[in-house]
Amino acid sequence: MSTDNKEVLLDIKNMVIDGFSDEKWHEIIKGVDLTLHKGEVLGLIGESGAGKSTLGLAAMAFARPGCRLTSGEIWFDGVDLMKQSEAEKQKLRGARIAYVAQSAAAAFNPAHTLMEQTIEAGVRHGLVSAEEAREDAKKLFASMDLPDPNNIGDRFPHQVSGGQLQRAMTAMAMASRPDLIIFDEPTTALDVTTQVNVLAAMRSAVEQFGTAAIYITHDLAVVAQMADRIKVLRYGNEVEEADTQTMLTSPKEEYTKSLWSVRSIEKEGKTADDKILEIKGITAAYGKVPVLKDVSIAVSRGKTVSIVGESGSGKSTTARVITGLLPQLEGEVLFNGEPLPPKLKDRSRDQLQRVQMIYQSADTAMNPRQTVGEIIGRPVEFYTGKRGKAAHQRVKELLEMIELDESFLDRLPGELSGGQKQRICIARALAADPELIICDEVTSALDQIVQEGILKLLMNLQEELGVSYVFITHDIATVRAISDEVVVMYQGEVVEQGPKEAIFQPPHPAYTELLLASVPEMEIGWLEKTLSTLGEKRAAMG
Amino acid sequence: MSTSEGYSAKDEVGQVRTRRTWLQRTWIELKKAPPTAWMGMIVISVYLLVALFAPIIAPYGEAEITPIPYAPWGGDHFFGTDQIGRDILSRLIFGARNTIGIALATTFLAFLIGGGFALMAAISRGWVDQVLSRFVDILMAIPSLIFALMLLSIFGSNVISLICIIAVLDSTRVFRLTRAVAMNVVVMEYVEAAKLRGEGLGWIMRREILPNIMPPLVAEFGLRFCFVFLTIAALSFLGVGIQPPTADWGSMVRENASLIQFAQFDLKAGITPLLPAAAIAILTIAVNFVVDWFLMKTSGLRDEH
Repeated sequence: MSTDNKEVLLDIKNMVIDGFSDEKWHEIIKGVDLTLHKGEVLGLIGESGAGKSTLGLAAMAFARPGCRLTSGEIWFDGVDLMKQSEAEKQKLRGARIAYVAQSAAAAFNPAHTLMEQTIEAGVRHGLVSAEEAREDAKKLFASMDLPDPNNIGDRFPHQVSGGQLQRAMTAMAMASRPDLIIFDEPTTALDVTTQVNVLAAMRSAVEQFGTAAIYITHDLAVVAQMADRIKVLRYGNEVEEADTQTMLTSPKEEYTKSLWSVRSIEKEGKTADDKILEIKGITAAYGKVPVLKDVSIAVSRGKTVSIVGESGSGKSTTARVITGLLPQLEGEVLFNGEPLPPKLKDRSRDQLQRVQMIYQSADTAMNPRQTVGEIIGRPVEFYTGKRGKAAHQRVKELLEMIELDESFLDRLPGELSGGQKQRICIARALAADPELIICDEVTSALDQIVQEGILKLLMNLQEELGVSYVFITHDIATVRAISDEVVVMYQGEVVEQGPKEAIFQPPHPAYTELLLASVPEMEIGWLEKTLSTLGEKRAAMG
Repeated sequence: MSTSEGYSAKDEVGQVRTRRTWLQRTWIELKKAPPTAWMGMIVISVYLLVALFAPIIAPYGEAEITPIPYAPWGGDHFFGTDQIGRDILSRLIFGARNTIGIALATTFLAFLIGGGFALMAAISRGWVDQVLSRFVDILMAIPSLIFALMLLSIFGSNVISLICIIAVLDSTRVFRLTRAVAMNVVVMEYVEAAKLRGEGLGWIMRREILPNIMPPLVAEFGLRFCFVFLTIAALSFLGVGIQPPTADWGSMVRENASLIQFAQFDLKAGITPLLPAAAIAILTIAVNFVVDWFLMKTSGLRDEH
C-alpha cells in the first residue's frame, strides 16, 4: 500500500516519556518519532518493557499514572496535543481517537450493557443522539460479525465470550468514526481459533471506514496481517521502521532479525515404551459441571508430551487431576505403574516429590515476600532433608543449572525480569529431584527471545536429568519445538494423540485441522487466504 | 545459532530498584509522611514514654491518699485531688500505663484469636470456614457492649477476664478482615505450590500468607486498639471495667463526674473530669492519624506525584 501521497494524520516528534519508580523518574521512551498517514495501519512491536503501549497511549497525549510526557511534540491533524489543555484533549479522546485495550473483559464495566458502553463516548461528546447511536451500533455489531447484532447490545459483558467482547470493543471504538484507533494487543488474550475472526473483523472495520490505526503487539505473525508499516522498539528506542513486506523479508537490524528467526528450535520426536505416567479414563468435574470426559494420556519416561487446545478444553484441569488438586470422579492415574491416590492429602511426601509443577505466571507462582534463596531452598530442605551448608550448596547448583548465579540468592521476585522469574520457578521444581514436571503454559507470558531461552533450558535439563515433561500450551509453535508426543484436546475430550510427526501430518481430525489452520503465519495475505478456507473447516466440525 | 548469541539470562534487566535496608526504607517513608501523621506519632510516643516511666514522672503514688479531698488546682497538686484525696495528675500518669497496657494486651490477644482462626478458615475453606464464619456471625449479631457487660458480671470484673472477654468479642472483627484479605492471597499459585509440596497448615499460614497481608492487618491493629481502648474506658465508666484502686481514665471520669456541676463556681474544677476524657480522645485521634497515613500508603490510593 502506498502512503506517500496521503495526508499525515499523526506526527509524533522526539517524544520523551518518563516513568516513576524507585523514587526517581526514569526515561522509558527516549526520543522516538512516529508518523502515521490517514487510513494507514502502523504496527508497533517489541518485547515487554520496550515502551510500545506507552508510546501508543502518547498518541492520545495520555500518560498512565506513574508516567509523564516529558518533552516532544504530538501533532494530531495539525494541532500539537502537548500544548492543549486537558479539556481540549478530552474532546478528542473517544471522538477522534479511540483505544482498544488488551483485555476487553477488564476494560468493560460489568454493571452496564454492551450497548450503553458502546454508544457512551459518542453521546457524551454530543456527536449523535442516543437513538441514532443505538441504530448505528447495531450496524457496527453486524459488521463485526457478532451473532444477533440487534439484541447482543442488551447483554452484559459476562454474557458474551472473550472473542465477542473484543469485537464489541472494536465496535465501540468505531462508534464515533474516529480518525485514529489504537489497538493495544487486542488479540493476545484470545485463543488462536478466535483470534482469526477478531483479526478479520478489525481489519475489515479499519478498511471500511478508512481509519488509521496503531497496532501494538509482540506477535509478528499477527502484525504481518494487520499493518502496512512496522516499527520495532526496544528499551524505549526505535530499532527500525519499514513497510511490512520489507520488514518481513529483509530486516536490517540484528535485533529485528533475531525477533524474526526465534522459532528455530527443532527436535526429532521420540517415544519410548517405558511409561512414567498413565492416566486412564479420567472423568472430572467442578461441582456439577463436567470438565473432563474419559481422558487417557500416557507419558514416556524422559520424553515430552504436549497437551494443546484452546481455553476451556480441559488442559489445565488434566494437570490438576494429575497433581491431586482436583480428585477425579472416575479413572485412575498411574505413576510408574502404581496408582496415585486421587486426593492430594492422601499422597505421601515421596509421591508429591516426584511430580512437580511450573505455572504460567511466575509472578503469582512465587511468594513476593520470599527471596530467591528461600524459594528454592525450601523444597531442598523439605524433600531432601539437607540443612545449612549442604542445602546452600544445592541451591547454588540449582541456580547454575538455570544459568543464573549466587548473586540472585537474596533478591526478591519483584527484582527479577520475567524470564528470570520463570527460571527460578523451574529451579524450584528441580529442587525436588522430580521425575515428572508439569509445565502449564510456562512460556506464554514471555517475550519470544526469552521463550526460546526457557524452552532450550528445559530441553537441556531433560537431556541431563532424564526428567519427563507434560507440557500444556495453546501455542502450536512451542509444541512443534519441544514435544515428542502431542495430545490435542477439545471440550474436555482428547481429539487426537500420538507422536509429533504423526499429529502434524495430514489427514487431521476436523478440530486439529481448524487449530493448525488458525495459527497466523508470517506472510502477508495469510489472513485473507485462511478466512476463505476456515469456514469450511468449522462446518466440518459440526 | 545466531539468535541467542549474546543472550544471557543473567543479564536480563529486571525492575530497577536500589537495595535499601529496612531502616532506610522506613526513613524515606517517614520523610514523606504528612504533618498529621507526624503529630500522631509524636503524641503516641509521648504517651508511651509517660506510661513506661510513670513511677518516675508521677509526683505521688498511684493510690496514695493525701489529707485534702477535692483539693483545687495548683499548690501541691497540679490538677488537684479526687474525692478521697488522691493526686489527679499522678493518677492520670499511672492511668496511661494501665489503660494503654490492658488495651494493647487485649488487642494482641484479639489478633491472635481472630487472625489465627481466619487464616485457618481461609486456607481450609469448606466446612471449617462455614462453621467458623457462622459462629462469628452469631457473636457479631449480639450488641457487644451489652454482651461484655453480661459476661463481666458472670465472670467478675478482674483484669484477666476483662482482657479475655473484650479480646474474644473484638476478635470477630479481626476474623472478618483477616479472612477477607487472606482469601485474595490463598488463591495465589504460590500457596497452591506450597500445598502441592505437602506443606502443613502452620507453614502456609506463617510463611506464605501472613507476610503478604501484613499492611491491612497493621492498620486494623491501630483501629482495633482504639476501639478496645474506648470499650475499656466505657466499661470502667460503667463500673465493671478496671477496679479501684488501680488508676484508669474511664473510672476517673466517673469518679470525678460530679465535679462538672461546679464549673459555674470554679471553672478548673469543672474541667477536672474532662482531663481523663481528653487523654482518651487525644490518643484515639493520634492513633487514627497514623493509621490513616499508613492505610493511604499501603492501599496505593495515593497520588504518585
